[in-house]
Amino acid sequence: MAIENARDVYTRRQEGVSIWAVPASEITASSPDEKDILFDPSDDKVYRHPTFYDLPDEVKNM
Amino acid sequence: MSMSARFDYLLRLGDDALFLGQQLGLWTGHGPVLEEDIALTNIGLDQIGQARAWLTLAGRAENKGRDEDALAFHRDQSEFRNALLCERPNGHFGDTIVRQFLFDAYAVPLHAGLSLSNDPEMAAIARKSAKESAYHLRHSRAWMTRLGDGTEESHTKVQDSLNALLPYVGDLFFSDDVTSTASQEGWGVDPANLREAWEATLIDTLSESQLTRPQPVPEQFGGRAGHHTEQLSFLLAEMQVLPRTYPDAKW
Repeated sequence: MAIENARDVYTRRQEGVSIWAVPASEITASSPDEKDILFDPSDDKVYRHPTFYDLPDEVKNM
Repeated sequence: MSMSARFDYLLRLGDDALFLGQQLGLWTGHGPVLEEDIALTNIGLDQIGQARAWLTLAGRAENKGRDEDALAFHRDQSEFRNALLCERPNGHFGDTIVRQFLFDAYAVPLHAGLSLSNDPEMAAIARKSAKESAYHLRHSRAWMTRLGDGTEESHTKVQDSLNALLPYVGDLFFSDDVTSTASQEGWGVDPANLREAWEATLIDTLSESQLTRPQPVPEQFGGRAGHHTEQLSFLLAEMQVLPRTYPDAKW
């Protein structure tokens, strides 16, 4: 059923290639308390997004 | 006098980060697995970011118009103030992990202490760095355990790395006139006060890693006074050759 639900909700715009279903009890997650040390250090690393390229006019939808 | 103590102190902070960052960058394309290759260079980038911030402040404290690049690329070996630990070579993966762990366990209480600096710029850099060093320690400590409590080969290698690198932590906790001025005036911390936290992290990590602390040998000092090992010459040669050959080069 998880597969069907995921198919109906998440793949409507042709994003899907494969769906994985995992029991919630098997997921190891970080705590929201750790978000500062896990995610803030990326704040000043804008060069990780490919936004510094000049795209030709012919390229649409980037 | 106070200005020059501040310049010297900021160079120590900046140069430690600079050479760890430079050396971690050398792992690009050489990590044992893809994720670790990215992790090491990621940590290297954090270190370079910290080096830039500290050296920029150092240049301002010196007040002779030198910016971060002038300080990184146009100083000679004896003008660098990094701890000897930070110029120890990458070696194998275990050597790099132990070097980083020994430093991270010092950087966490260092950045916590500097976050309380009465210099708002230093406190701001420290608060940002604290988040980075907390993650760096989490990463290097996990690898200490994985390698120390791993296979016989990984255990032997990382124990040898630890035995070889421990004597080089001396500089991290080295106190002199510069550090006592820093702590008395409230803008810096006395490194000697960081040793207790560092020891606690080391002891906990060794016990969870099945690693043993080697018999104490005399610690090595000199980096804070500009006395370095030959390893720093090799690092500087590679790091500085381009900007010194083409001083006007632009990215």
